Amino acid sequence: MTALSFLLRDETTTGRLLRGIATSPKALVATVVCLLLFLAALVGPWITPQNPYDLAVLDILDAKLPPGSESMNGMVYWLGTDGQGRDMLSAMIYGLRTSIGVGVFSGIVALVIGTILGLIAAYYGGRIDALIMRIVDLMLGLPTILVALMLLALLGQGLWKVIFALVLVQWATFARSARSAALVEKNKDYVEAAVTLGIGTPRILFGHLLPNCLPPLIVIGMLQVANAISAEATLSFLGIGLPITEPSLGLLIANGYQVLMSGEYWISVYPGLLLLLLVFSINITGDRCREILNPRLGER
Amino acid sequence: MSVFIIRRLMQSIAVLFVTAVVVFLGVYAIGDPVEMLISPDASPAERAQVIASLGLDRPMWQQFLTFLWNAVHGDLGRSFVFNRPTISLILERLPATLELTLTALVIALAIGIPLGLISGLKPNSATDEAIMTGSILGFSLPSFWQGMMLIMIFSIWLGWLPSTGRGELGSFLGIQSSFFTLDGLTHLILPAINLSLFKLSLVIRLTRTGVRETMPLDFVKFARAKGISERRIVFVHVLKNILIPLVTVIGMELGSMLAFAVVTETIFAWPGIGKLLIDSIMRLDRPVVVAYLLVIVSLFILINFVVDILYSLIDPRVRLGEQS
Repeated sequence: MTALSFLLRDETTTGRLLRGIATSPKALVATVVCLLLFLAALVGPWITPQNPYDLAVLDILDAKLPPGSESMNGMVYWLGTDGQGRDMLSAMIYGLRTSIGVGVFSGIVALVIGTILGLIAAYYGGRIDALIMRIVDLMLGLPTILVALMLLALLGQGLWKVIFALVLVQWATFARSARSAALVEKNKDYVEAAVTLGIGTPRILFGHLLPNCLPPLIVIGMLQVANAISAEATLSFLGIGLPITEPSLGLLIANGYQVLMSGEYWISVYPGLLLLLLVFSINITGDRCREILNPRLGER
Repeated sequence: MSVFIIRRLMQSIAVLFVTAVVVFLGVYAIGDPVEMLISPDASPAERAQVIASLGLDRPMWQQFLTFLWNAVHGDLGRSFVFNRPTISLILERLPATLELTLTALVIALAIGIPLGLISGLKPNSATDEAIMTGSILGFSLPSFWQGMMLIMIFSIWLGWLPSTGRGELGSFLGIQSSFFTLDGLTHLILPAINLSLFKLSLVIRLTRTGVRETMPLDFVKFARAKGISERRIVFVHVLKNILIPLVTVIGMELGSMLAFAVVTETIFAWPGIGKLLIDSIMRLDRPVVVAYLLVIVSLFILINFVVDILYSLIDPRVRLGEQS
């Protein structure tokens, strides 16, 4: 209990965030949903009724069964099956794994690269700052989808190419936020004290400045992960994102698109609902956190 | 003013140049240009002839200059599939995309500004909460899935609206467009809604923030003290101030909508440049892909340029800020 009350104390940023989420029912529900989905993705292979990519367990006779149908071996397909007789629920949980994996991984890489460049720009200022920020402005000026389209149209599809494209379109947002956070921190006394003590620049940058700039960056990171998941799904749907060997939610929806006209709605509707739920809950949670960290907007 | 325009123009040209370099490197350096630019079923003689005519046997910088020279003259190569200049393929389909994008923009503004006003004038009310949650939902809805659901509900289940194609084109003052026939308009509704939803959320949020920032300002209090009606304060004084940032952002977003039209056009089989891009990627018709990228980036830069100029006309502080 003492540990918990420490976390909930107002002084720490973590405490403020947790309290802010706990006091808004909407944000609380969204956070719980978000955590559940991440958990489901994490333990996916152990909780799915079927391994949807093990050809030995698939039965083509079970193809395109509507939700609630029963298989010959007694298994119930709660959300129906797709064209290969794959249990939709299992395929969706595997898709969730891929989608979250790609989104979170590219988000973290972009966060690291963007933050390092942002801190360097803020700390050194002058020409280095001007150069980095010029590139940041250029990147932020181009629409995400355009840059991603351009890259993948030239490079072709593939897991690492998609991640590369997502990192490339995201790092600039982090760099700009890290820079503005660091500019505020830089002039505080503790940094001056550290400089006077003769502590090396890398240690000041990453040991002293970074921890104080991190909370807003992590919130932006959450919103960026939601964006990345959406963008990856869109690219995969267009057929220029992930290959068929890495089925994300976007690819599942694309598969369902082919049969939507003939009435087999569940193949694309359910993965889409799951994708929506995922992105929506991350956005609601992130939005609430941003409100709390930015009191000018969050005067509720 | 002219200094400002010239500086902006130089920046635009610089961005365009960088794009050309990136696209050139993508095609000529990372990939094998012979494979990219020559149809796989060409005979060896044809290959040799094309290699010579494209100058692929010359050094890289010379090739780049040729590429640039041709691009400036509007020659962006020939399509393998159609065997026609790619630039004419793109220009042919551009009106369909513009028509779709502009309609979507109008929808986003016509619905978004009123909702944002309602939300911002009564912050923290139940209506505000509902509108804001709705706008997050709009941000979160994957555009392509949302389009499929529109087709499923309005075309398949209800049968009210057609799901694919551009419909019958009407002609008015020599312009061919879906605007001028009833059939064309019914075809336009679903794709336009699909493309507008994301931007609608953005317009709501921008308007709301603008209202909340403007309402506590002194000039609003002064207007109230003068006895001006609340309606006039909101619709004349406040709205005018909100429109400035809104115009800029919307201008920028127009470019992103042009790019995002790729998704909408793919779902609704809308015969615009976005669908041409995806079809060309699938058919390995790479000259069209390269030409599309150059055209769309040029369009985007052009829009930004025009918006910058407009903005500096509306709000002189921008131009003055640049000079100091």
